Amino acid sequence: METVVHNHWSPLLGRLWWDAIPQEPIVWATFAVVALGGIALLAALTYFKVWGYLWKEWFTSVDHKKIGIMYMVLGLVMFVRGFADALMMRLQQAWAFNGSEGYLNAHHFDQVFTAHGVIMIFFAAMPFVTGFMNYVVPLQIGARDVSFPFLNNFSFWMTASGAVLVMLSLFIGEFGQTGWLAYPPLSNIAYSPWVGVDYWIWALQIAGVGTLLSGVNLICTIVKMRAPGMDMMKMPIFTWTALCTNILIVAAFPVLTAVLCMLTADRYLGFDFFTNDFGGNAMMYVNLIWIWGHPEVYILILPIFGVFSEVTATFCGKRLFGYSSMVYASLVITILSYLVWLHHFFTMGSGASVNSFFGITTMVISIPTGAKLFNWLFTMYHGRIRFELPMMWTVAFMLTFTIGGMTGVLLAVPPADFVLHNSLFLIAHFHNVIIGGVVFGTFAGINFWWPKAFGFKLHTGLGKISFWSWVVGFYLAFMPLYVLGLMGVTRRMRVFDDPSLQIWFIVAGIGAALIAVGIAAFLAQVGYSIWKRDELACGGDPWDARSLEWSTTSPPPAYNFAFTPVVHEIDAWDDMKRCGVPRPTGGFQPIHMPKNTEAGIILGGIATVFGFAMIWHIWWLAGLTFAGMIGYAIFHTFNYNRDYFIPADEVTATEAAAIGQFAPAGA
Amino acid sequence: MRLTDSRPKPRRMPALARVLAALSLTGALSACNTVVLKPAGDVAQQQGDLVVMSTVLMLIIIVPVMALTLFFAWKYRASNKNAEYKPDWDHSTQLELVIWAAPLLIVICLGALTWVSTHLLDPYRTIGRIDGKTPVRHDAKPLEVDVVALDWKWLFIYPEQGIATVNELVVPAGRPLDFKITASSVMNSFYVPAMAGQIYAMPGMQTRLNAVMNKTGDDFVGFSANYSGAGFSGMRFKTRSVTEAQFAQWADGVKAGAKNAGTLDDATYLQLEKPSENVPATYYAKVAPNLYGKILDMCVEPGKMCMSEMMAIDARGGLGKEGIRNVSMLAYDKHGREAAAEANANPDAAARRELAWVRALCDQKPGQAPDNIVKAPANQRSLTGAGLSAPQSIAFDKALEKPAHSLLISRN
Repeated sequence: METVVHNHWSPLLGRLWWDAIPQEPIVWATFAVVALGGIALLAALTYFKVWGYLWKEWFTSVDHKKIGIMYMVLGLVMFVRGFADALMMRLQQAWAFNGSEGYLNAHHFDQVFTAHGVIMIFFAAMPFVTGFMNYVVPLQIGARDVSFPFLNNFSFWMTASGAVLVMLSLFIGEFGQTGWLAYPPLSNIAYSPWVGVDYWIWALQIAGVGTLLSGVNLICTIVKMRAPGMDMMKMPIFTWTALCTNILIVAAFPVLTAVLCMLTADRYLGFDFFTNDFGGNAMMYVNLIWIWGHPEVYILILPIFGVFSEVTATFCGKRLFGYSSMVYASLVITILSYLVWLHHFFTMGSGASVNSFFGITTMVISIPTGAKLFNWLFTMYHGRIRFELPMMWTVAFMLTFTIGGMTGVLLAVPPADFVLHNSLFLIAHFHNVIIGGVVFGTFAGINFWWPKAFGFKLHTGLGKISFWSWVVGFYLAFMPLYVLGLMGVTRRMRVFDDPSLQIWFIVAGIGAALIAVGIAAFLAQVGYSIWKRDELACGGDPWDARSLEWSTTSPPPAYNFAFTPVVHEIDAWDDMKRCGVPRPTGGFQPIHMPKNTEAGIILGGIATVFGFAMIWHIWWLAGLTFAGMIGYAIFHTFNYNRDYFIPADEVTATEAAAIGQFAPAGA
Repeated sequence: MRLTDSRPKPRRMPALARVLAALSLTGALSACNTVVLKPAGDVAQQQGDLVVMSTVLMLIIIVPVMALTLFFAWKYRASNKNAEYKPDWDHSTQLELVIWAAPLLIVICLGALTWVSTHLLDPYRTIGRIDGKTPVRHDAKPLEVDVVALDWKWLFIYPEQGIATVNELVVPAGRPLDFKITASSVMNSFYVPAMAGQIYAMPGMQTRLNAVMNKTGDDFVGFSANYSGAGFSGMRFKTRSVTEAQFAQWADGVKAGAKNAGTLDDATYLQLEKPSENVPATYYAKVAPNLYGKILDMCVEPGKMCMSEMMAIDARGGLGKEGIRNVSMLAYDKHGREAAAEANANPDAAARRELAWVRALCDQKPGQAPDNIVKAPANQRSLTGAGLSAPQSIAFDKALEKPAHSLLISRN
């Protein structure tokens, strides 16, 4: 084994030196592709003169709809990156048998699985979920924007800043080789001396600021900005789950911030929170990170449960079965998610009573989750189910998630966990719930709300190819991992010595390839639909849906609603359609709106440089950028030019142009 | 409520599918070596049985849900105009009762199973039976094996036999096994799937595993089940389960054998501890007494202060500002260990004096091991460290012989 020692440091460049260029041909090739693609993209943007448009209409926008879409784009880009990591792992594990080392050395492979986990959770799933909440929640509650529009833009750019740092680690230096949660002592300075873990720390710390602020923003929006008549028990279920999720974010993310600060103190200042030295205790880190980490799982899945609720009610043409039990189930999950964290480490020597307690609380969580599943089931009962793409994803979810839930409860039995912990069975379990839940839900949501966001539907044929590739690919990729787990195969292995395992890894690899087809088909679906957007154009309410976002035009105007709607029922839009509430055609007032600002992207940019400087120990630059961030934030508070009015004439014109989107009721 | 349909065909399909699924699953699983479900040790066997039992319990609710999902999806498809359509039907108290109560009942059963099995199969609990029919004899003495996870190999010390091995675990079948487990640098997890569930191996902490092997065999595998760095994949060891007679013969062989690597003393251990990958099985005929204790106490390096010594100082109220002078002797992780070794290799006067400082303080009440009970200090002055002076003349060799204390048990 050869260990590369990086101990160069200079005042000007910190640890940054020629040895920061990775010694991996695979990385060089990736860099070449990314660089060429990037140059082509930049050239195209310049050639078509869209820089100004992007800057004015998107990057500086405080419109929750545009920010929501930017979150989805960010999530998608990072999802593709994370999936590339997954393919590399599958290939390595299917290859490295019979004495072969595969094609990835330990240094590279260990970065790949670390990056895969980090990217998929923090920079793919989180942006997807936040993107949905950003786009849909204000529309569902009849609001014109979120409570703090600038904060929303700032939150997005902080998340993007974290993503930029993760991507940078691919080409400058290295990423962590510690697994996605970076357990010390391995992640501490003694055992991970170079920049990998620092990239991890600062990417998460900066993105975490964005996530937390976005949580505050959305809670405030939901609590304070609901349309008149929409009391808490008339909120759409998606908004309810968004509320629960953001409460979880606001309560859980500070724990992550704190634990990252402690690890930072250990690594940068010679503290001993989690070292082997001086009474430091690595198990404290494991406890803290999971006190954040388990609620995080529900942060991801709860809004997706909301998506499925909306989709099921809409495509079954029926009120959601058991609305209040759905609400209470979400609340119970919110609370219980804080009482189960120890099930991630039953095997660290806790006593039998402690283990039993956490095992049983974990099982108890399956009761409200099961209740939700039954509620969707009985929403289908006596429904009239239209199997459009969102509903197909929902049925696939119901079948897949049930299996994942079952293996989850199985892992909650401590003695069973003793034989399955850290095995590929565990990997299969959480991919079963995250792919079967979050990813399927994301596709359901994208197919469902795309027409609202852009005014045309996504192409069904390509969507079906994507759907079937994903579903079949998922089962092919992960059912073998269940079997391998029962064969005692552990996770994060780079080479194997038992040749009888290889066939299972090959099958899993084929499954991953099929998922790749599913992703390609989805991208093709988006591209083709944009190309054929005139043929696929639709009105404000293409699915005959039930909540308020469908009562406005597709895409909605900047101000969302010309008049704030008044709510009388849970399914407010369905109620309006039944009562034949007429669309207003006159009497519009000027609408007060927030103005775009470049402060968010500038602060995010400075934060990226700050993170980079901290990672590489470029202290002068870190100091400068930190002062710059504070200074610019203060400077921004003196910007009083923050709002404007959309004139009544313009509103009248917009509404008149949109009236055709809503055919007479019943059509 | 009308959940059933008069036509028999669709109802029988899920049942048939269920049977087929169960058969194909069993078939697929029996074709390969699912060691977790068919292990060779009684503890693992009970854990594997629990996996099956819990799964069956949950299938009681999972199978109907999946079947109903498919059935409703098919029956209430939009094109089936015969199915009853009730767009406003959104509540049924009876159904609500069922959907909350049915999972609750399953969880109650599973919870009871969990409580009992977690206590019975607690890895810290001594073995009470060899298998389902044979209780452990009163006079049976468990075989103690001290396990140390190193970067990136496993060290097994047999205190009773006075031998040690690297990357090969040999145990007598039918005799209770008592593993004491720690690590040298980072977290690992000690796992022999055929024998018993895993438990983490963590530096400065001790975990326990009680197990027993019921079958003999030469090709069981053990490994680290928690990623620990670059050499993790190769952190595997052969596990052999042999008869009592063969075990005694093997131990004698290691003691006398030609292929052994000599004595595992502190110096050899410090060489062994350095990171290395895919290490072949190695045998040591003799082990320095209390090596395991010193590993656990993080003070194998000469000149390094033991954790228990630090705890003794803390129990006496710490040293206040004076304690800063102990830092380099206390430091354990890589840089600190280098510093300690260096200080010892080139003992200048200052380093000697600091060593003497901590040793003297710990040795003030010789023979009294610190325990985890928090005692009120007898003398308030000792809380601040005031009034303690640095003693000048303590023999190093004597201090090194002080036994390390093994009280650092990971137990939440």
